[in-house]
Amino acid sequence: MSRRIAISDDALALACGADALAEAIAKAAPDAEIIRVSSWGMHWLEPLIEVDGIGYGPATVDDVAAILDGSSSLNIGKVADHSFIVRQQRLTFARAGITQPLDLEDYQATDGWLGLAKARELGADAIIETVTGSGLRGRGGAGFPAGIKWKTVAGAQASQKYIVCNADEGDSGTFADRMLMEGDPYCLIEGMAIAGLAVGADKGYIYARSEYPHAIAKLNAAIRASAHIVAPFAIEVRVGAGAYVCGEETSLLESLEGKRGEVRAKPPLPAREGLFGKPTAVNNVLTLAAVPYILAHGAKAYADYGMGRSRGTLPIQLAGNLKYGGLFETAFGITLGELVNEIGGGTQSGKPVKAVQVGGPLGAYHPASDFHLPFDYEAFTAADGLIGHGGIVVFDESADMLSQAHFAMEFCAAESCGKCTPCRLGSVRGMEVLDRIKAGGRAAADPVESLPQMHNAPKQGRSVDEELSLISDLCETMKFGSLCALGGFTPYPVMSAIKHWPEDFGASADMVKDKS
Amino acid sequence: MDKTARLDEIVAAHAGRDGPLLPILHDIQAEFGCVDEEAKRHLAGALNLSRAEVHGVVSFYHDFKSEPAKLPVLKLCRAEACQARGCEALAADISAAANGKCEIETVYCLGLCTVGPNAMIGTDVHARLDIPKLTKLIEAL
Repeated sequence: MSRRIAISDDALALACGADALAEAIAKAAPDAEIIRVSSWGMHWLEPLIEVDGIGYGPATVDDVAAILDGSSSLNIGKVADHSFIVRQQRLTFARAGITQPLDLEDYQATDGWLGLAKARELGADAIIETVTGSGLRGRGGAGFPAGIKWKTVAGAQASQKYIVCNADEGDSGTFADRMLMEGDPYCLIEGMAIAGLAVGADKGYIYARSEYPHAIAKLNAAIRASAHIVAPFAIEVRVGAGAYVCGEETSLLESLEGKRGEVRAKPPLPAREGLFGKPTAVNNVLTLAAVPYILAHGAKAYADYGMGRSRGTLPIQLAGNLKYGGLFETAFGITLGELVNEIGGGTQSGKPVKAVQVGGPLGAYHPASDFHLPFDYEAFTAADGLIGHGGIVVFDESADMLSQAHFAMEFCAAESCGKCTPCRLGSVRGMEVLDRIKAGGRAAADPVESLPQMHNAPKQGRSVDEELSLISDLCETMKFGSLCALGGFTPYPVMSAIKHWPEDFGASADMVKDKS
Repeated sequence: MDKTARLDEIVAAHAGRDGPLLPILHDIQAEFGCVDEEAKRHLAGALNLSRAEVHGVVSFYHDFKSEPAKLPVLKLCRAEACQARGCEALAADISAAANGKCEIETVYCLGLCTVGPNAMIGTDVHARLDIPKLTKLIEAL
């Protein structure tokens, strides 16, 4: 029997040279069956070559001969038995590394379309009841119960309703949406079709970011190939245009309508007046992709995983300066320390971990003393942080937290939609204050602040401690005064950096002591 | 074919779509390398929008350029995960490596956050970059 050699065609594997490898293997072993599968998510091993189940990685073209004769030192044993895989509870990513993304037979053979069949049997009310019972919460970051959102849309009276999949995965350190869209696009399509049945929508949009050309191509191909299966539900992919803020649901809807991606004030909720003014269920890729499993296996099977009010599993993305980075899907409740040290293997640079940013550019920086925190929406909120989209970015001790705080403000300034003042102006003022902190405060009085009408401004310079209290005030304003999470959550990385690493900001010894 | 006729074709290709402006702009950007004044004026007429509305949309999104790039564009990711893996050091040295052969743009996240520093040229992605690798990439342009 000819050997079966699997190589991923995920964008990450391609970026690491998977195509050149596949070509070299086809030349060296013309009798082998070479298939292009999704990625297992063990990114430090990419490009990973699997010869009859045995993995070799990270492989280069020079390793091909040794891999084919079995003598290569890159041998990691049976991939499915790798400790990184065995420790996970893969419900949403059950097919990762195993199936060919666009192969309908592969999908069918791995429980594909079971959820949709069950949904058609159950009908709208029972689907919503099942999803509500599973405890599934929005995986985009807000954590709103999916079943309740669907119920609102289902209850709205309208001639047309929409399902919108938010695939504008702009957070740094997150790639689970991309991996799912590239590796298992039918799973997302099935989830959207089920959502359509639940709320009474026959049209769905996937809003994907333009930085993901491979995912867009796979989605378009998958939509064409499966159109007859999900009909009368129809899906269209729309491509973003490089605006981070369009990941915010109302801004996304504006963009879908062909407008500037400016955030809308809520209410009205999109569930009542969303896309083109019609009731719309906006869900993240991972939320929708969790639905087929829930329908196929029942609410309880999903809800049995997790802790507290965070039920089910979360595809966690281990990124940044980590030895073993990749996709790790597991039940809620795993601690930050386990993820960083045990599973991620600590930093790749070998230096001690300084900070871990959880939840993307708008998430807080956590020190090692937060490593006891369990992955749970409420636990992270209580620790002044957020889970967001489940991305973790690890920094070693060379990170300068003042620079990271400055970057957070800079990013907010670059990506602000401009509609509300705290975000549009606050981010620029924040950068300026942080620049002054970097310069050690301001010795002389500011000419504008010295004007007679500036009653509350200081008439002399400001010390670093005073600048720090100024930025705390500014962050407070941004947090409570911004229309959406961009301006509202930018204070998380800034304030957490100041709180945990005041020495990086040149704060006085008194202030360092107060903060600790 | 003259530009106006081609613009009409692109608009016609999206007829029947709801909210077609972004897909149309993407096609124009892909074909002409930019969305210029002429295109904006033409679109406004074709879609029954004001020129200000079209300009507002075009200028909102980073992907749409007002003039075509003169050189190939290399987009270097400089978001947090790549920062943690040393992209800032690369960014400091990249203009020397570019050597006038390509334009360097900043992009925030290509979704390859475990194998950074990363860059994208066209739709091709490249990971685990250092200066020698980047120089090779740029030379191959």
